[in-house]
Amino acid sequence: MSGGVSGALGAPVDLTPAADHGRAYWAVADCWNLVRRSLTHYQRQPAFILWTLGFPLVSVLLYGYVFGSAMKVPGGGDYREFLMPGMFTMTMAFGFMNTATAFATDAGKGVHDRFRSMPMAPSAVVTGRGVVDLITAAAELAILALTALLIGWRADGGPLASLAGFGLLLLLRFSLIWLGVWLGLVVPGPEQAGSLFAVAFPVTMISSVFVAPSLMPDWLGTVAAWNPVSATVTAIRELFGNPVASGGSWPEEHALLLSVAWPAAITLVCVPLAVRRFQRLSR
Amino acid sequence: MTTDYAVRAEAIRKRYGDKHALDGFDLAVRTGTVHGLLGPNGAGKTTAVRALATLLTLDGGRATVAGVDVSRDPRTVRSLIGLTGQYAAVDEILTGRQNLEMFGRLFHLGGRRAALRAGELLERFDLVEAGDKGVSGYSGGMRRRLDLAASMILAPRVLFLDEPTTGLDPRGRGEVWDAVRALVAGGTTVLLTTQYLDEADKLASHITVMDRGRAIADDSPAALKNTVGGDLIEVVVHEASELAAVTEVIARVAGSVPGTDAEARRVHAPVSDRVTALTEVARELRDRGIAVEDIGLRRPSLDDVFLRLTGQRTQPATAPAPGKTEVAA
Ligand SMILES: Nc1ncnc2c1ncn2[C@@H]1O[C@H](COP(=O)(O)OP(=O)(O)OP(=O)(O)O)[C@@H](O)[C@H]1O
Ligand SMILES: [Mg+2]
Repeated sequence: MSGGVSGALGAPVDLTPAADHGRAYWAVADCWNLVRRSLTHYQRQPAFILWTLGFPLVSVLLYGYVFGSAMKVPGGGDYREFLMPGMFTMTMAFGFMNTATAFATDAGKGVHDRFRSMPMAPSAVVTGRGVVDLITAAAELAILALTALLIGWRADGGPLASLAGFGLLLLLRFSLIWLGVWLGLVVPGPEQAGSLFAVAFPVTMISSVFVAPSLMPDWLGTVAAWNPVSATVTAIRELFGNPVASGGSWPEEHALLLSVAWPAAITLVCVPLAVRRFQRLSR
Repeated sequence: MTTDYAVRAEAIRKRYGDKHALDGFDLAVRTGTVHGLLGPNGAGKTTAVRALATLLTLDGGRATVAGVDVSRDPRTVRSLIGLTGQYAAVDEILTGRQNLEMFGRLFHLGGRRAALRAGELLERFDLVEAGDKGVSGYSGGMRRRLDLAASMILAPRVLFLDEPTTGLDPRGRGEVWDAVRALVAGGTTVLLTTQYLDEADKLASHITVMDRGRAIADDSPAALKNTVGGDLIEVVVHEASELAAVTEVIARVAGSVPGTDAEARRVHAPVSDRVTALTEVARELRDRGIAVEDIGLRRPSLDDVFLRLTGQRTQPATAPAPGKTEVAA
């Protein structure tokens, strides 16, 4: 009995553990506990939300208005209409850095060690992060979409197609959670996770986010067209009824297929990597 | 029966490449005691604690906590232990109270009991005022106390403390000691690693000294001190230049090789005939005209034990704990 021990601490609280509901129950409950933790972070650091959203919002205004009038969309169409799906996708793509940073921060502070020494579900450390990141991504998309609507962007593909578009965006973000978890476990600390931006930025630029691949030099256009980011951008442009500016290449013509296949492939590769790395913590 | 022992390790092994962090390490911690684990840097103390706390898989040997096998049933072990690692493992963004509530829920206390327990522990660790402030503004000592509180949420049967007072000021250390004593009074067993030998001397009823992944001594502090021999004669001189002469005098009188601490200008050696040694050394020093700051006999300390066993002095970590040292306004 733990009664004696808690008595010595002057503890009237009964410390016997709750009834054992089985592993599945605790996997969900502990995941939720960690989701709550991260949501509390947002509540305690409202500035962090602004910072997270600041980049895409500034990008929307910068590219939309500063360059927007000078940029031409091949095949016609409004550049801002063309750009908004790119902004949505870029925000999802950059999200993996948040996952990596959050994970590396906990690992570096020994918080993961504490979690792993507790009788909680070990999977919750990862699933909790994943759920928080998806909630965050959904909030980011909502705010970006509202901003886009304010500056004249419209989704004309019908409600179902629009829903599917946002679904594809979250699917991309979902697959990148696993990349982020893996990277967060690989990098030595949160500072290094931050420097992933140096890689993420060009990877996102060499895509159809800002410019149609058909306007790039041939080889670059091919790389850009095959970029997983482009697959999602092109697919949601189709779904939202925005200018697509397809150069007619295979990946551009099969964007819808690729926008599902790429995240599936990323998930299939990164989940085992992340899980292996997580298990290696006890080596 | 093994139930006499809250923690048992039998020839446990852990290898990193060709480095044997644990090389057949044995440990037996009696239930209800504080057990000190000492050793030079890199001896394997942290590795041992992490293995016993189910954070590492062993390459060999067997370990039990409260009779439960660490490798076979880690989940049960985790419900019986608390761990305070070498770094304060708390959430910087949350408040102290939010931290304890979160860990309480993750210990499956449920929201209501987790909140009650958080309030209780904040009081117990003198964090009530700071409880609703962000941890990022805490001092090193406050952070440590919160860390300790988090590992005591379930009033664990066994508490692992890896250098719990490193970087704390004397007041902070005293607070940690009080908390540990209170917990032990309630029946918890504590395994404590520390760089401060006086801390082990004060808290632990039993000490294991380890070096290169093995236990090299295991006894009560008093018995360990006896292994160094009887009392020591100790002379502190004014001028470091006189250390050599003093060493020579003491060596002749004591009949053994004295230890010298140049920085403290101190020479010491074990003696058998205490009074004769003291008078002879004193007379000889006076005859030679060597000015002495201090001369006397003393009981051996754990430092002497440590020096003899490992050939090294302990290196108390003087670096302050990470984080701010000022209390948030
Ligand atoms: N993850 C690891 N990978 C490689 N080597 C490791 C790892 N963990 C520990 N070691 C090595 O194992 C040995 C024991 O390390 P450990 O941290 O247990 O020592 P310690 O007694 O706690 O030292 P300190 O007093 O510095 O805290 C060291 O030589 C260390 O370099
Ligand atoms: Mg250590």
